[in-house]
Amino acid sequence: MKKLISILLILSLFGAAVACDGGTTSTTAAPTEAPSATEAPAEETEAPVEETEAPAEETEAEEEPEAEGGVEGKTFALLVKSAGNPYNEKEAEGFTKAVEEFGGEVIVRQPEKATAEDQITMIGELVAQRVDAIAVAGNDFDALQPALTQAMDAGIKVLSLDSAVNPESRAVHVNQAGTELIGQALVDAVFDLTGGEGQFAILSATSQASNQNAWIASMNAILEDEQYADIEMVEVAYGDDEYQKSVDQTQALLKNYPDLKVICAPTTVGMMAAGKVLKDEGSAVKLTGLGLPSEMAEYIGEGDEFPCPYMYLWNPIDIGYLAGYTAAALVDGTITGAVDDTFTAGDLGEYTIVEAGDEGTEVILGPPFRFDPSNIEEWKEVY
Amino acid sequence: MNQPELRKISADTPFSLKTFFLKWEWFLLLIFIGINVMNSLISPYYLSVNGLFTATNSFLEKAFIALSMVFVLIIGEIDISVASIVALSSVVMAESYNKLGLPMGLALVVCLLVGSLCGFLNGLILTRFRELAPMIVTLGTQILYRGIALIILGDQASGGFTSIKWYSNFYWGKIGPVPYMFIAFAVLAVIMGFILHKTTFGKRLYAIGSNRVAAKYAGIRVERSRLVVYTLSGLFSAITAIFLVARMGSTRPNVAIGYELDVISMCVLGGILTDGGKGNFVGAVISIFTIGLLRYGLGLINVQSQLMMVIIGALLIIAVMAPHLKPKRRLKSD
Repeated sequence: MKKLISILLILSLFGAAVACDGGTTSTTAAPTEAPSATEAPAEETEAPVEETEAPAEETEAEEEPEAEGGVEGKTFALLVKSAGNPYNEKEAEGFTKAVEEFGGEVIVRQPEKATAEDQITMIGELVAQRVDAIAVAGNDFDALQPALTQAMDAGIKVLSLDSAVNPESRAVHVNQAGTELIGQALVDAVFDLTGGEGQFAILSATSQASNQNAWIASMNAILEDEQYADIEMVEVAYGDDEYQKSVDQTQALLKNYPDLKVICAPTTVGMMAAGKVLKDEGSAVKLTGLGLPSEMAEYIGEGDEFPCPYMYLWNPIDIGYLAGYTAAALVDGTITGAVDDTFTAGDLGEYTIVEAGDEGTEVILGPPFRFDPSNIEEWKEVY
Repeated sequence: MNQPELRKISADTPFSLKTFFLKWEWFLLLIFIGINVMNSLISPYYLSVNGLFTATNSFLEKAFIALSMVFVLIIGEIDISVASIVALSSVVMAESYNKLGLPMGLALVVCLLVGSLCGFLNGLILTRFRELAPMIVTLGTQILYRGIALIILGDQASGGFTSIKWYSNFYWGKIGPVPYMFIAFAVLAVIMGFILHKTTFGKRLYAIGSNRVAAKYAGIRVERSRLVVYTLSGLFSAITAIFLVARMGSTRPNVAIGYELDVISMCVLGGILTDGGKGNFVGAVISIFTIGLLRYGLGLINVQSQLMMVIIGALLIIAVMAPHLKPKRRLKSD
């Protein structure tokens, strides 16, 4: 009897697995269909509404300049850093939108933990499914190389977005904004908020996140300039993009550096955590960095009760969208990932591939965008 | 003196078809077959030799620890420091190659030594202070070992191993379709299985796990056996470290996080009782493949990791539930 119960339990498990299979594989081509179980349902509410009309014009418009027929029905996989990261979910939304516009099939994978190990396993699974392109936001610059090389050997087009993997393991990188532009914007913000002198600290994600490290390196280089001689970077703390750890790190920073004037967090999880701590403690320390407007709206404002006067970001939906079209251009042969290759990325217009700081190549989305009390209300609704 | 009549005493229960087929391993085999059937139905890509071997590689790497974890669980103890041992031994190996300039072969030996030493230290603490619970001691060393790894390497990665072809092949190399690592695993599994089931040392471990006091009075050197088991656990963690670094071509102090729980899950589903004294090596091996291939199959149809955790969690609960349901029935029928 009891054994019967356990067998029934197991059977129901299989049932559940098969059922969710039904949800994922039915995403083929049809752009009007909801973007499947692979995306967080809560985020989808607005996107599909626009999409329903967009694809109609899009597919017609697209046929003229490029032979988009080559990518229809092909499978495009996006491998983000980890599950439960709102920024990643927005990227996935844009990627899905782009792929559905040109009639491809989309797979979005989110590892349990933001580790290279999990990503390698998932790359193996994607290779076994014979996808046509893999876009990856790398958790480690070098560690994915063996797995991605194997994917490329199997004829799969590999690109990275947001957080790069090393040049040997990708055809091209989709960069949110030029590293120097971001570094300059952040240093200027720190300079402004400290009043030109004093201590500031950086609250980063993981120590291996290549995008974070590139920005921090760029900030360091800019800080060498005499103009910034009076501001001092006291520490780079790592919150690992985990909320609780970032809270702990913020509290540690406040305790260790009583003269701290500004915390600069180039990651949205870090900003949320720091914003919460600073607001709860009524601290005079100011916050700036790179954060999602929807997550940060309650901390942005004028006056002492708001820790964050302004911050920067680009549109993660656009990065995903651009990555989707970059993947398509790689698959249909419009580009190979070499410098000066050009392609059209749907609504975003034409893009040219340029040389990247790491000796690979990249596509740059555009300059970072400033969010302050005047526009935050409007943008928090968007992403 | 009256000589009492000599009787043959044997711990072996008489063979009976009924108890043989009621074994947990058969049930597990059924689940294993079920999962394979399910996987091949839900994904057209599942039944591919290359794909399957790629998949087995990705979970066999941590399964090396499961081989020694079976021993630890059989003696009724637990070692949750294994993942940290993986991190520390891999970091020391990487740094002794990159910073100290040791040849790669020697660095591998260093890795195995560091792992064994960590395991030995666990065992030493536990055998010197017998009143301490293994869970607590290994929790302490879990933090300690990863802490040392962090001190050595800070927040950085140590890499450059992809360029050493022969070492990279530990994970990526193949004979025909069969990866080297699969062969290494098979060989080690057979050896460990043989030790556990066919040698006196193995039988003694079962005795210790069933009743440590009785085992001691029966003349078994309990503490020495425990020390050996913990050292083995460290050694096998280091073996995992070697394959992990071969896979990634680099290492960081935060690699292998959560491996201890994955490994203990594999053993528990395999019918190894955490109370000690019960369990079969074959069960553990079947369970390693069951969990691994279940994950792979679900991964092939792109089930989200959150849902995958729910499914595997549920499977585990069934696994620990089922054996506890059986004895009650037996009591009634007696």
